[in-house]
Amino acid sequence: MEELLKINNLDVKFDTDEGRITAVENISLSVKQGEVLGIVGESGSGKSVTAKAIMQLNPGNTIYNDDAEIIIDGENVIKFTSKEDLMKIRGGKVSMIFQEPMASFAPAIKIGDQMVEQLLLHKNIKKDEAKTISLDMLTRVGITDTEKRFNQYAFELSGGMRQRAMIAMALSTMPKLLLADEPTTALDVTIQAQVLKLMKDIIKEYKMGVIFITHDLGVIAQTADQIAVMYLGCVVEKGPVNEILKNPKHPYTKGLIAALPDVNNLEAPLKPIPGNIPSPLERPTGCVFRTRCPHPTKEGKEGKIDMKLVEVEPGHWVDQCGAKCG
Amino acid sequence: MSDNLISVNNVCVNFDYQENFISKKQKIHAVQNINIKIKKGSFFGLVGESGSGKTTLGRAILGANKISSGNVIFHDDDKDYDLTTISKDELKEYRKKAQLIFQDPYAALSPRMTVRDIIAEPLEVMKITKNKQETDERVREIASKCRLNLEHLRRFPHAFSGGQRQRISIARALVSSPKFIVADESVAALDVSIQADILNLLKNLRKELNLTYLFISHDLSVVAHVCDVVAVMYLGHIVELAPSKELFNNPKHSYTKALLSSIPSIDPEKQSKAIELTGEIPSAMNPPSGCVFKTRCPNPGHDCKGGDIEMGLIEVSPGHWVDQCCVISK
Repeated sequence: MEELLKINNLDVKFDTDEGRITAVENISLSVKQGEVLGIVGESGSGKSVTAKAIMQLNPGNTIYNDDAEIIIDGENVIKFTSKEDLMKIRGGKVSMIFQEPMASFAPAIKIGDQMVEQLLLHKNIKKDEAKTISLDMLTRVGITDTEKRFNQYAFELSGGMRQRAMIAMALSTMPKLLLADEPTTALDVTIQAQVLKLMKDIIKEYKMGVIFITHDLGVIAQTADQIAVMYLGCVVEKGPVNEILKNPKHPYTKGLIAALPDVNNLEAPLKPIPGNIPSPLERPTGCVFRTRCPHPTKEGKEGKIDMKLVEVEPGHWVDQCGAKCG
Repeated sequence: MSDNLISVNNVCVNFDYQENFISKKQKIHAVQNINIKIKKGSFFGLVGESGSGKTTLGRAILGANKISSGNVIFHDDDKDYDLTTISKDELKEYRKKAQLIFQDPYAALSPRMTVRDIIAEPLEVMKITKNKQETDERVREIASKCRLNLEHLRRFPHAFSGGQRQRISIARALVSSPKFIVADESVAALDVSIQADILNLLKNLRKELNLTYLFISHDLSVVAHVCDVVAVMYLGHIVELAPSKELFNNPKHSYTKALLSSIPSIDPEKQSKAIELTGEIPSAMNPPSGCVFKTRCPNPGHDCKGGDIEMGLIEVSPGHWVDQCCVISK
């Protein structure tokens, strides 16, 4: 199947008062049409920065490396500078759903007006056509009374409803790629189940590629086809979701799975990953996970093994240091 | 002497609400007719969606919200405190004995105070320690119990990660040697790997310091792991109350069943069999008559839809209480 998005050797650094911070290091990922790529990791692992790099939404002090490529439809978006080019990706070919739906709608503009505005920007259509499309999309995501909701403000909707409206808005321009950054984290479990089901149906129907960012392994297991586990800006393990969750090789992936409370076995003790995620200013050299690794190899502990993914099973890639000690 | 530390008897909490100054005053029924007993040394869990009234109930027990009717009694060793009639002086005493751990460790700590000052503040405000030396000693003692590095006491909160900040909040709550702790979504803002660490810390501290917890959370899998007894709340009512193992292996109320089935499984082959609840939690301003869950119930009985069945818990097996609507209306 056609590759929609290809990220090659991406580094993202930020210039700050305290020095240059590495947020993402040497990431290569790809998403095919109709495929859901799940990115998991703790806060500070660089998941959102990666997504924002695709949309070119990172702030002005961001530095990308010269040989980095983010290829969407044969074009390297990192090299885009003009407003027109950027508009083609933002909301055009790529749409994004953010974590907190209250913060991502403008509070003083009606939901409907915001939906129409972005359609007018990206599609060559008239205002009433845009309204018809928006109303259709709202119905599609299971919002009743669409005409009324269309004329309401974000604060008048409940959390679940707002996230549905956000999804409707992101999908109405028919993007090829959807970036969902923790779309269900702020929702209650019963509402989360509704929203996930809706997203799965829509992804199947429109055959779009999706990057699904979350810290919740359960949500990933239920939605993704491929999974990439990130730690401190690096992908430490990636592959098909079934393979990674059933047969994890990297000690960090194993730790994440073990730390989850298991509802089927209430007696099992909770196993945290020891230590804290290091500050990006004190990034370890060599294997980034070595400061928290439960049983590191000697070379790994001394930081002598560089980060590099190796293929252990067809399609299952693990960082070489983690493959040895895991 | 009773085994219970807290008895909550028929507690209702209502808030007045007025949309604007000419419209009619309305009542929001946040908490309705709650009866619970929290045993000494237990981990009592309270789960429910946002808007179910779990935080309001927690605050009412701490005396931070006005109780509209009913009463809450805190059974101390030598004295009972009735929170509805409590005097100002008694309330001050009570505050030393009951403390709160907040949800968001980023918002709960003042960015302008050092960790030492944050932890010492309750001691100074409540005048528990006599001089600075004694305060410092107490701060160091509790900080090491919460596994904080003593060198960190001089730093400011911005230097710490989420898990460390939550340990600072816990140390501050415990510094006045309370007996009862309300932990309101205390691990919700943390990453899974750290969440497990904080939960283990809370568990260990319970044994070490003889604490009793009211643990409020929306995450059932977390509650299942730490709590002895769990109450499920929906729209201000408790709909099911049971020892946690019993509740998770043998849920009786259709809301509890739906909640349990909505937890996404980490086994990709076990595709979710979530009992899908349509719609959302109704407004607490005009809750449905009869069973409050009937607007979303996946399989309501005949009498339930009619709204004839009042809310009320009945005991189906020892210690397992279920709202009567789901038991009798089949």
